[in-house]
Amino acid sequence: MSDTPAPAPQSRLRRAWDSDFTWSFRHAPVAIVSSFVVLVLILAALLAPLITPHDPFNPATLNLMNGFTPPGQANAFTGDTFILGTDDQGRDVFSTILYGMRISLFVGFAAVLLAMVIGVTLGLLAGYLGGWVESIIMRVADVQLTFPAILVAMLIFGIAKGITPPEYRDQMAIWVLILAIGLSDWVQFARVVRGATLVEKSKEYVQAARLIGRSPFSIMLRHILPNVLNPVLVIATISLALAIIAEATLSFLGVGAPPTKPSLGTLIRIGQEFMFSGEWWILFFPALALLALALSINLLGDWLRDALNPRLR
Amino acid sequence: MKFQTGILSVALMASTAIGASAETLRWARAGDSLTLDPHAQNEGPTHTLAHQIYEPLIIRDMTGAPQAALATSWGPSADDPSVWVFELREGVTYHDGADFTAEDVVFSINRAKSENSNMKELLASIIDVRAVDDYTVEMETDGPNPILPANLTNLFMMDKGWAEANDAVDVQDVEGGEQTFAATNANGTGAYELVSREPDVRTVLTQNEDYWGMDQFPMEVTEIIYTPIQNAATRVAALLSGEVDFIQDVPVQDLGRVADTEGLVVKTAPQNRVIFFGMNMGDDDLANDDVEGANPLADARVREAMNMAINREAIQQVVMRGQSQPAGMIAPPFVNGWTEEMDSVETDTDAAKALMADAGYEDGFSIQLDCPNDRYINDEAICQAAVGMLAQIGVTVNLDAKPKAQHFPLITNAETDFYMLGWGVPTYDSEYIFNFLVHTRGDERGSWNNTGYSNPELDEMIVSLASETDLDARNEAIASIWEVVQEETLYLPIHHQVLNWGMTDAVGIEVSPEDDPKFKFFEMN
Repeated sequence: MSDTPAPAPQSRLRRAWDSDFTWSFRHAPVAIVSSFVVLVLILAALLAPLITPHDPFNPATLNLMNGFTPPGQANAFTGDTFILGTDDQGRDVFSTILYGMRISLFVGFAAVLLAMVIGVTLGLLAGYLGGWVESIIMRVADVQLTFPAILVAMLIFGIAKGITPPEYRDQMAIWVLILAIGLSDWVQFARVVRGATLVEKSKEYVQAARLIGRSPFSIMLRHILPNVLNPVLVIATISLALAIIAEATLSFLGVGAPPTKPSLGTLIRIGQEFMFSGEWWILFFPALALLALALSINLLGDWLRDALNPRLR
Repeated sequence: MKFQTGILSVALMASTAIGASAETLRWARAGDSLTLDPHAQNEGPTHTLAHQIYEPLIIRDMTGAPQAALATSWGPSADDPSVWVFELREGVTYHDGADFTAEDVVFSINRAKSENSNMKELLASIIDVRAVDDYTVEMETDGPNPILPANLTNLFMMDKGWAEANDAVDVQDVEGGEQTFAATNANGTGAYELVSREPDVRTVLTQNEDYWGMDQFPMEVTEIIYTPIQNAATRVAALLSGEVDFIQDVPVQDLGRVADTEGLVVKTAPQNRVIFFGMNMGDDDLANDDVEGANPLADARVREAMNMAINREAIQQVVMRGQSQPAGMIAPPFVNGWTEEMDSVETDTDAAKALMADAGYEDGFSIQLDCPNDRYINDEAICQAAVGMLAQIGVTVNLDAKPKAQHFPLITNAETDFYMLGWGVPTYDSEYIFNFLVHTRGDERGSWNNTGYSNPELDEMIVSLASETDLDARNEAIASIWEVVQEETLYLPIHHQVLNWGMTDAVGIEVSPEDDPKFKFFEMN
């Protein structure tokens, strides 16, 4: 029927390469750089056990005498050298950052996933069903929006800490953080998805699906959801940066990850104790890592928003 | 009345803002007083605030020497060596105008011996206290007690009438979470009276114009604004930026920075305080460990192993930056009964591991360590360091660090199995340590002994110390009690603290070994 010569797989690759989306990526240096940074940081965090000299979360591997070693210099007592120095407990700052970033990233991804699942579900229900379901969901969302997200997260964290038995607190801290940040962040998803659903609902393909008798849930899931995913993706990316910062804030305030298993925020909290005394590396490198991570994800989100926005094309 | 004092304090603040003399002293330390009730908590910062408002019969000055306060003279009765006679100061009034009399002393001593009081151990030897006349009090002890006056230096005198009128006759039950009038209000005879108080935020005191000691003490500070600042960096920043004039606990890492700042000075002195870990060895099974049906801490070999695993020199070098003295016993060098020989422990991880294996814990166990984060110098960092050291002999420690207001009730309510505690010794005698920390926990003694350790023979020896008048025999008894304490590894001593006070160079005061600034002694340049 057609005489286009190119074989299928190559053409698919070619088509992806030539697509608007990739084209826009190839012509946005900011996006290229930031995605590269994000990729490197995520890979470093994932491969932390392979590339770090020791496991800072295993207290048996620590030697207190290594404490406060400046970056690149040999410790006066032990003679050990650490590329980014050590903190007050003799933990290698480089290893601790990578392990801490694992916690930060894990909490960030999981919290956004939780917020997304809750927000998208409620947004779809509100937009498609309307009526009292919509009223209840959107009023709850409005009320939650009047509180700063970090306050909601602290409230959830406080309650959860109160009801967990002390011996599980350390292990639970991470999950409580995820719950706290996830529950404080679903509103944005719900509002955007509801808006998009209202638009999609009146389109012909939805009405056609209705006419042939598809159930409301199958319409929501199979027909509307794929068409409202673009804005969700954008919000998720920006939320990821915010969730990582929220985790760091909570940990900085001392209500997040415990000092024996520090995340980036906990490290910054520890480091700021030594700000006046000249041991700058304990604060500086974790802060730099957090900055690089959050900024790159944010820039990536910005670019994604522009690239997926049909009006800006 | 409240309104008037409010105006007064505003006027005072305005006058210091304009005037040249710095009469207002802005004071910060890591934690707040736990309560204003002077008998409810035997705790340093609580007593420190109380010392400004209330007064004991005998006070220690800033060098630690005893001095007459509300009593002008005291001595054993000529007729009966078991009776101490105190002559009281005349013409002293409380902040509300009421007179201070012998009746108040009788009331205060009995109150401090009553249920909920945290000062009972100090008064355990007193069997009767009576007013001979308005300004003479007799205290009868169960046998002669030569060191009784030393036990009274933190024992504050309250007005009987005020307590009765305000439903404050009973001591506040801090552990039970009770709130009373006396816990948030104060009426003492002291040099400063309370203007306002927001716990953990801000307390304002102003000079008591009618103070009996106006001419005896410098009294150069006219107003005190006390702000607890838990975060060490924030506290130092407040001093560096001139937001406060005096901080009681300069973090060791910032000593150089503060000393090098123009207009600020750091003063240092060894403190009469020892920091240690306590272990619950009394229960059959622990709530906060992973060993079922047994208590690993009940095995003396485990305790000894843990003691040997802690590298005190490393803590001194790195965590404390040299600002501490490693300890092997839970008595500071100031205390009668301390010996250099007992006060050191050899770190030996291999021997510790062997002991653990010997006790059947070659695979270790896990336990929770409760630690304060706003009470002692670098308390949380020390606990963290201990986590690493104990991990090397297989003891996995889950660290739970929290403010002292939540930490201390765990100890007095027996809700912790492994905890950090610091102990200052205001009497400068071992008996004080034994009474609170070694004697079996009971009604009169052992209120801070959360180890569950109970040795009736030792208890008997401790009780008899109070009435032993032969000092040589008493010292021998003290030495043999210490021998048992050391042999059983009742506690894991860490170090003796060194105090660092940071202040503007306008403040003229030397560090007191008990970390208790009494502002009436302060000179302001």
